[in-house]
Amino acid sequence: MKTLFFLMAFPLLPAVLLAAVSAARWRNAIVKMSSVVLAAAAVALGVAHVKGGTSYYAVEGHWVDGALFCGEIGLSLYLLVKGFLSRRYVVPLLVVLQTGLMIYSEFFGGVVSAERDLSVDNLSVIMAMIVGVVGGLISIYSLWYMKDYHAHHPEIPNRTRSFFFVVFVFLAAMFGIVFSNNLRWMYFFWEVTSVCSFWLIGYSQTEEAVQNAFRALKINLLGGLSFALGIVYLAFVHKTVDMSQLLAMGQAAALIPAMFIAFAGLTKSAQMPFSSWLLGAMVAPTPVSALLHSSTMVKAGVYVIIKMAPILQNTAAGFVIALIGGVTFLLASATAVSQNNAKRVLAYSTIANLGLIVACGGVGTFEAVWAAILLVVFHAVAKGLLFLTVGTIEHEIGSRDIEDMHGLITRSPALAIFMLIGIAGMFLAPFGMLISKWVTLKAFIDSNPILAILLAFGSAPTLFFWAKWMGKLLAVPHTPRRTAGQIEPEEWTALLGLAVLTIGACGLFPLIAAEYIEPYTMQLYGHAFSLGYANLAIMGIMLGALILLPLGFFYFPKNLKYEGAYMAGANLPGNLSFQGSLGQPRDMIIRNVYFRAYFNEASLSRLGNWITVLLIVLMFVTAEL
Amino acid sequence: MKIFLITLAYLVLAPVLGGLLAGFDRIVTARMQSRVGPPLFQPFYDVLKLMAKENLAVNHFQNFYILCFLVFMIITGALFFAGGDLLLAIFALTLAGIFLVMGAYSANSPYSIIGAERELILMMAYEPMLLIAAIGLYMATGTFIVHDMIAIHRPLIFQLPGIFLGLVYILTIKFRKSPFDLSTSHHGHQEIVKGLTTEFSGPALAMIEVAHWYENILLLGLVYLFFAWYPPAAVAAVILTYFFEIFIDNTYARTKWHYAVKWSWAVAATLGVGNVATLYFLR
Amino acid sequence: MSFLKKSPWILHYDGTSCNGCDIEVLACLTPMYDVERFGIVNVGNPKHADILLITGSVNEQNTPVVKNLYRQMPEPKAVVAIGICATSGGIFQDCYNVKGGIDKVIPVDVYVPGCAARPEAIIDGVVKALGILEEKAKALKEAAHRQPVEVEESSHD
Repeated sequence: MKTLFFLMAFPLLPAVLLAAVSAARWRNAIVKMSSVVLAAAAVALGVAHVKGGTSYYAVEGHWVDGALFCGEIGLSLYLLVKGFLSRRYVVPLLVVLQTGLMIYSEFFGGVVSAERDLSVDNLSVIMAMIVGVVGGLISIYSLWYMKDYHAHHPEIPNRTRSFFFVVFVFLAAMFGIVFSNNLRWMYFFWEVTSVCSFWLIGYSQTEEAVQNAFRALKINLLGGLSFALGIVYLAFVHKTVDMSQLLAMGQAAALIPAMFIAFAGLTKSAQMPFSSWLLGAMVAPTPVSALLHSSTMVKAGVYVIIKMAPILQNTAAGFVIALIGGVTFLLASATAVSQNNAKRVLAYSTIANLGLIVACGGVGTFEAVWAAILLVVFHAVAKGLLFLTVGTIEHEIGSRDIEDMHGLITRSPALAIFMLIGIAGMFLAPFGMLISKWVTLKAFIDSNPILAILLAFGSAPTLFFWAKWMGKLLAVPHTPRRTAGQIEPEEWTALLGLAVLTIGACGLFPLIAAEYIEPYTMQLYGHAFSLGYANLAIMGIMLGALILLPLGFFYFPKNLKYEGAYMAGANLPGNLSFQGSLGQPRDMIIRNVYFRAYFNEASLSRLGNWITVLLIVLMFVTAEL
Repeated sequence: MKIFLITLAYLVLAPVLGGLLAGFDRIVTARMQSRVGPPLFQPFYDVLKLMAKENLAVNHFQNFYILCFLVFMIITGALFFAGGDLLLAIFALTLAGIFLVMGAYSANSPYSIIGAERELILMMAYEPMLLIAAIGLYMATGTFIVHDMIAIHRPLIFQLPGIFLGLVYILTIKFRKSPFDLSTSHHGHQEIVKGLTTEFSGPALAMIEVAHWYENILLLGLVYLFFAWYPPAAVAAVILTYFFEIFIDNTYARTKWHYAVKWSWAVAATLGVGNVATLYFLR
Repeated sequence: MSFLKKSPWILHYDGTSCNGCDIEVLACLTPMYDVERFGIVNVGNPKHADILLITGSVNEQNTPVVKNLYRQMPEPKAVVAIGICATSGGIFQDCYNVKGGIDKVIPVDVYVPGCAARPEAIIDGVVKALGILEEKAKALKEAAHRQPVEVEESSHD
C-alpha cells in the first residue's frame, strides 16, 4: 500500500522541483536521483509481489476523491481555454460533454463509490515495473536529448523546465492508472495522460506540432468520453464504479460498460481508425515518442483491454475487438514497408504491435492474455530502445532517414548494435516478440483461425521492413569512417540499460512468465499456460547460439583475401564507384525498395479506416444484443 | 534415445541426400533439355572443389553471417526431425534466411544487395502460406509438435488438400526454381549475376550450398508430413513433388518479383484460407 | 586429390570479339556439345569462376576490366584465350587502339587459335586448362608450406 502511494505521489515532488529550478546541474541531479528512486521502488514492488495474488486497498477519507474531482475540473478548464483560444471548438465540446457526464453522475448518481480504490495484481506490477524502469531510463536520456535539441533548434522556445514537469506528472499518472481499482480514479489519471501527451506533442509550438497535438487531444478526448459513458452507465445501472466488481458481475451484465471502456482503450492505443494521432505525435521530441507513444502511455490503452479480457472472452463483441486489432496489425505492418522515415516506421510498427495485443485481449482466453502481457513487456523495452537509438542517430548523422543509415555499423558500431538488438528483439527468433507471436498464433487458432490468418499475412511485411532496415545498417562500405559525434554518458546509460533489458527480457522470460503471468491467468481463469520444457530448452539453445555467435565479429580470419565488390569489372579504385559510359566515374548508390505503389500509405489507411469504423459499429451492436 | 538417433541421422544424412537430390535435379533437368547432364555426384565435386579454393571476400563480416546461416539451418532441420515444434522450426528457418540476406547486404555490392532485397521480397511472398500450412496442420492434428503429428495415423492430405497445393506452390520459391528464382538467378539467368551469392566465393559458397541441401531435405520433410500415415506413399509423394518442381522449373519462364508476391499471396488467400475455413466449419 | 578437374566453372568475357567466337563458346553449352557433362558451368561471376575464357583482343577501354575480372577470381585460376584475336590480336593487331593478345595484360595459360575457334577446340582448350589448374593447386599447396612464391608467374607461358 505504501509503495503504491509512494509511486503515485513521489514523481510529483521532482515534477514541482524541476518546474522551479532552472540550473542544469540541479536538474540533472534531480532527474537522475528520482529516476533511480522510481525504478528501484517499482522493482521492489515487483519483487515483493512475486507470485502474489490481487490485493485491494481502501483509501480512508473522501478528501482524495474530492481532490481528484477538483483536479478533473481544473484539467477541463485548461482544455476549454486551450480549445477556445485556438478556435478548435470540438475540444471544448468533448470536454463539456464528458465533464458534464462525470459531474452529473457525481451529484445525481446516488452515493456510488468504490469500496476499494486501489488494487495491485501481477499485471499492474508488470506495468509498474515497465513505467518505473523504462520511464526512468528515458527521463535520464531526455536530459541530454533536450539540451542537444535546443542547441540544434534555436528557433524553438526553451521550455525544458515545463517539459520535465510534465514528464514526471505523466509518470505519476501512469502509476495511477495501473493501480486504480476505482474507475473514477482511473478515468482521472487517464485524462491526465491525455493532457500530458497533448502538451508534449505540441512542445515545439510549430504549426504542425500544434495541429498534431490537437488531433491527438481530440481523439483521446473521444476515448475519454467513452470511458466516462462507461463509468456513468456502470454507476447508474449497477451502482458501482469498482473495477473488480465489474469483472465479477458476469459477462452479460458487464459487457456494455466493458465495451465503452474498451473503446477508450482502442483510441488510446491508436488502433485504426484512430491511428492517425500516433503518427502525428512523432513531431514530439524523440524521448517523448519513446516514453508516451510506444513504451508506456499507449500501453495504458491495451492495459484496460487486457483487464477486460475475461469479460470479452468468447463474446461476439470481443471477437470484433480482436478483429479490429488484427486488421490494424495487418495494415499497419503493410504500411510500414513504404516508409523510409525511421520514426514513422517505428510508429507504424508500434500501431501494429498494439493491434496484436488488442487482438489478444479481444480473444480473451488465458493463452491470449498470457501472450498479450508478454508482448507488452517485450515491446516496451525493445521499442523504447529503438526510439532512443533513432534519436541519438539523428543527432549524430543529422537525419532520421533509413537510407542515410547505410553502413552505420562502420560509422558508429555501438549505435548500430543497439539498433540491431532492438530490431532483433522486435521480430527475430528466439527474441521476445517471436516467442509471444508463437503463443499468440496458438491462442488465435484455438479461438478463431481468421485471426491467425491475419497474423500470418501481417507478419510477412513485418519481416520485410525490419530485415531491410537491418541490412541497411549492416552493409559495410569499403572505406570505414567513424562519425565525429560522441555518445554522452546519459545516452549510454539509457541505451545500454534498455539493450540489457531487451536481451534480459528474452533470457529471463520464462521467469517473468512463471512468476507473474502464470499466477495472473491462474487466478483469473483457473488455467495457466506454460511452455513445454522441451521448447524452453530449444529456445535456450538458440538464444545461446545467438549470443555466442556475435563473438564472430571479433574473429578476423587470416586466410581471407579482400577484393572489391563485383561491378562488372568496371570498378574504380576504392571500389565505391565505377566507370560509367564515356569514361565518366559514377558513384555506387544503393537504395532500398519501398513498394509505394503496392503498400500505399493513403489507400491502406483509407481501407483500414473504413473496415474498422464498420467493425466498431458492429462491436457496439453485438454488445447490445 | 530414438529421437537422438534420428537427429544424428539427419545431421549426417541430410547433406548426403540433399547433394544426391541436387545431382538428380541436374540430370533430370539436362534430360528435359535433351542433354546428358553431369554425373550424379557433381554437386559433391562442386562443393569439394569450392572448399579448396581461395576465400575471397569484400569484408571480414560477410562470411560470418554465412556461417550463421548454415548453423541455424542445421538447427532448424534438427528441430524438425527431432519431432520438435513445427512453428518454432518455421521461425528458425526465417532466422536462418535472414542471416543469408544480412551476409549479402554486408558485402555492400550492387548485385548482392539487389539479390538480398529480392530474397526478402520472396520471403514476404511465401511466409503467409508457410504459416497457414502450420495453422492447417495444427487444426487437423491439434498440435504443433511434429512427433505427435506423425503419431496420428491419419492421412492428413485428405484434410489439407488446399494447404498442400499452396505449400507446393511456395516450395517453388524455397527450392529456388524457375518462375521464382529471382534472388540467386540460377542456371543460365545472369541478369543480376548471382544475386545474393555474388560476393561469396570458395568455402563460403560451399557453406551456402550445403545449407541449401539441408534446407531442401527439411522442406521435403514438410511434404512428408502430409502423407506420414503410410511411409511408402510419403516417400513417393516426396519424390513426385520434387520431380514436379523440376518440371515447373524447366517449363516456366522467370516472372517479375511483384507477380511472385501477388500470386503467392493469392494462393495463400484462396487455397490456404479456403482449406482452413473448411476445417473450421467442419470442426 | 583435387576436385578442380571435375568441376571447372567458367567466366566468359568478350573483349572486342566480332561475336564469332562468343557464339562458339555458347554453342558448347547446347545439347550438341553439352559441356555440363564434365561439370562445366558458365557462372558469369569472377568470384565463382575457375577459368576465364576471353574472346577478342584487348584495348585501352577494356584493359582495366580484364585486369579487374582476373583479380576478382579466387586462386587457383586459369585463363584461356579463345580465337586468334585473343591469342595475338589477329587481323586487328595493327589497329591504333588494339594492344594485341590477352597476354599483354594478364597471364594466359592456354591459347585456342581459330577464326572462329571451333567448339571442339574450345572444349579441348578448357581440358588443357584443367591440367594447368591442377598444377597450380599443387604449387599453391606447396607454397603454403614453404616460403611464399609468385605462383602465377611460374606457370605463365
